[in-house]
Amino acid sequence: MNTSKRVFATSEIVKVEQLKKYFPVHRSFIEQMVTRKKSYVKAVDEITFSVRKGEIFTLAGESGCGKSTTGKLILRLISPTSGKIYLNGMDITRSKGEKLRTLRRQMQMIFQDPYASLSPRMKIGKAIKHPLEISGTTKGKESGKAVLEVLEKVGLTPAHKFVNLFPHQLSGGQRQRVALARSIILKPSFIIADEPVSMIDASLRTTIIDLLLSFRKELGLSYLFITHDLAVAKYISDRIAIMYLGKVIEIGSKERLFVNPLHPYTQALLSSIPVPNPERKKKAVELQGDVPSAINIPEGCRFHPRCPFARFECIRKEPELVEVERDHSVSCLLYWNR
Amino acid sequence: MALLEVNSLSIDYRTSRGVIHAVEDISFSMGKNDMLGLAGESGSGKSTLGLSLLRLVPYPGVIADGQIMIGGRNILSLSEEEMRRLRGKDVAYIFQDPMTSLNPVKRIGAHFVELITNHEPSTKKVHAIERAKKILDSLGIQSERLNDYPHQFSGGMRQRIMIGLAIALNPILVVADEPTTALDVIVQAKILDLLESLQKSYGLAVILISHDLSIILERCSSIVVMYAGHMVEYASSKELYRSPLHPYTQGLLKSIPNIELEDQKLSSIPGSPPDMLTLPKGCRFRTRCSRAGEKCQSKAPALIEVGNKHFVRCHEYVEEGVRNE
Amino acid sequence: MNEHKTKRSILASIVPNFKSLARKGPSGWMVIFGLSIVLALVMMTALGPFVAPNDPNRTNSALITLPPSPQFPMGTNHLGQDMLSRILVGGSLMLQVSALSVLICFAVGVPLGLFSSYVGGIPDRLVSLVVDAVYAFPGLVIAIAVAAMLGPGAINMALSISVVYIPSYFRIIRSQVLTIKELSYVEAAKAIGAKWYTILSRYIFPNVIPSIVVVMTVNFADAILTAAGLTFLGLGVTYDIPDWGWDLTNGKQYIASGSWWIIMFPGLMIILLALGFTLVGEGLSEMLNPKLQK
Repeated sequence: MNTSKRVFATSEIVKVEQLKKYFPVHRSFIEQMVTRKKSYVKAVDEITFSVRKGEIFTLAGESGCGKSTTGKLILRLISPTSGKIYLNGMDITRSKGEKLRTLRRQMQMIFQDPYASLSPRMKIGKAIKHPLEISGTTKGKESGKAVLEVLEKVGLTPAHKFVNLFPHQLSGGQRQRVALARSIILKPSFIIADEPVSMIDASLRTTIIDLLLSFRKELGLSYLFITHDLAVAKYISDRIAIMYLGKVIEIGSKERLFVNPLHPYTQALLSSIPVPNPERKKKAVELQGDVPSAINIPEGCRFHPRCPFARFECIRKEPELVEVERDHSVSCLLYWNR
Repeated sequence: MALLEVNSLSIDYRTSRGVIHAVEDISFSMGKNDMLGLAGESGSGKSTLGLSLLRLVPYPGVIADGQIMIGGRNILSLSEEEMRRLRGKDVAYIFQDPMTSLNPVKRIGAHFVELITNHEPSTKKVHAIERAKKILDSLGIQSERLNDYPHQFSGGMRQRIMIGLAIALNPILVVADEPTTALDVIVQAKILDLLESLQKSYGLAVILISHDLSIILERCSSIVVMYAGHMVEYASSKELYRSPLHPYTQGLLKSIPNIELEDQKLSSIPGSPPDMLTLPKGCRFRTRCSRAGEKCQSKAPALIEVGNKHFVRCHEYVEEGVRNE
Repeated sequence: MNEHKTKRSILASIVPNFKSLARKGPSGWMVIFGLSIVLALVMMTALGPFVAPNDPNRTNSALITLPPSPQFPMGTNHLGQDMLSRILVGGSLMLQVSALSVLICFAVGVPLGLFSSYVGGIPDRLVSLVVDAVYAFPGLVIAIAVAAMLGPGAINMALSISVVYIPSYFRIIRSQVLTIKELSYVEAAKAIGAKWYTILSRYIFPNVIPSIVVVMTVNFADAILTAAGLTFLGLGVTYDIPDWGWDLTNGKQYIASGSWWIIMFPGLMIILLALGFTLVGEGLSEMLNPKLQK
């Protein structure tokens, strides 16, 4: 894979380069006086990937791997410690203030908790209209029309009835559709969906997922989909990146990653996923121990303490992403010499 | 004799805004070594049902009707003191959140010792500690860690300790309420494996309550599907998977992604679970059912047996497996 | 115009009508009961000047310290003034001063709490430190100190009482904002590009209002007692208008000699008024809490 750093393919809508986010660990007053050594939670530890136009790119991993933090970094809700973020070819790493607000029209976010992502004291119509007011692109009657239109798009009809309701009068699935409506009203080109269906009943998830898929075609959207549920990831994604302890350890197309998982962690992960079939008896790959804390990341390959294939060199060298087959890269010393 | 037999159980919540029929007319049975899955989404009543098996339904919940027979005894007629002796010893409960279910200021060893000496006052502390060590062993935790506090363990390990506490007194029935919901998928697999192996070695009956139908289908031998307080289908998991009868079960099965399948077509069930205070007349599922007919509007269907130990609550089916209309 | 509608709908959601209040059980009854007491006393004070049988200020040395009788149902005080008339009229100063102090507290405490907790970091810690220090003092002590510094007068009284209660507003708002700040809808507001003052006013403030209302009512009750206390100690107003606190002060010397009515009736009124507000506050907080927990 050509990792040309300066040239952007026009087909890339978002790109992150060597992105890092370290959170300083809060120290008590006495600790600050006694030791000079600072410790950090290395939430995101140098990751590089790009999202192509019109694709659904999934960032998958278990809790604490850094996927949500990555989403917030891209949306610039928090500032990176180092590295670069590009949106439509523009460097937005250090964007602030008014410039950042204008950028926000191009990218939006949907959050995990439908019960917390809408202000309880704001009517649905107001909540959806607010992005329009901020951007000033439409006013008055036109805003009202835009709100009704977008409510119909997400299937909340009759729209004029929903406009005056409060969030607590809606179900979780409906609230998530409101959140979706709010995020598309400014016609962005890129949406980050952070676990959008994890807190919704299984029988209602497909509604949201299908909306996301249909908007891809209809509104020309590209997505960064963040999830811990690989079964959902397989259903919706074009490409998937697996994260572990702040690093991307494997990226591949849906076709290749699930058929041929390369990284031992990916293999363990996929084998642990419950299969809704009582006639299948499978044995999950056993992994020792638990995920270590992001403050004390293991030396060398951060997965080596739990890896069933760990070798001596895995403690000394931290591997990098290398392409093993077309559109499928892995960060593991097992594949370095191929 | 079945280990656990639930007959026409109904549980109401008597709130100031009205009576909520949280669970209505549930009947099922279990024997040794059975793992029964209670499947349902939010508002289905599965947690309430689980709690009722230990008579721990919180106020203003009341067991309105039915029987719960554990080891041949109807626990609904026991006194509070007899119930207290039952809990933890004959019937154990594993809660959902391992972060808050353990006492943070008590060492793990103390948790075990208190449990054991509480129910078996004649046991000496030394022996209790020995037993605790053995249990930790079977959980895969080093016995030295008896002296550690809960916060020194990860979520997965805490849940394992909860399981250890649940089986410490050799219960006959363990109710696990969403035991892995708060855990990552790799840890989840390990916990469920542990539960399975303990079940085999101790001959337990286990009830697994979960909103995740995948783990229920994968692990349980029989399944009760609940919707809005009703048991809509009850069968062995193989039977349920091969021929789901109730429209809700069918819809549910079509909505869960299977990681082993390619090009799946998933669908969802339109609408949302009903408000339990204002339930529709007739079948509780009819507002979301694509095949709802006239009968469904006026009369609630009864639970009938269709074929071998396959129960369903739907007007489409009549006894002896003959389809209606 | 949109702001107007929002305010009205917020008000509409706070001020419930009596029927729905009664349905809410004991806490609803508390609110109704408390509101009734308060409204009755306010009306009494407002109508007092027109209903009083005698001039509350008219002294008569021949009628001093008379016990309750059909002519003077609440007796007379040491100056021969009719206690009943003084009671009917004497609440006005207290109510005005307390209302003013609640307003000042709101105007100062709410923005302070909102900004400080939203900004966070060191500025927030410093402000909290100062506020906590003030909060640690017994209320009356501070009120006395400030009143002594500022001197007599109704506005000064209101100010000294406000200083005591601003920390309460600050702390309650701060704890709410700290929680709300982390919720997704605030993040979502940032994600759509809202400026900080929009986030505070349209997303955070409306969700903090319920708790503010509770603080306001309870503080009204406390303010009344503190106002009474200040007047009792002679730090209130000095001009001779009928005032319950003033009567309280003057009445204390006459308990020993058996003229209990001079101090008792003003005392009862003060307690009643404070009770009314307290009931409303307690009832509201009970009603709003389970809803919040839902």
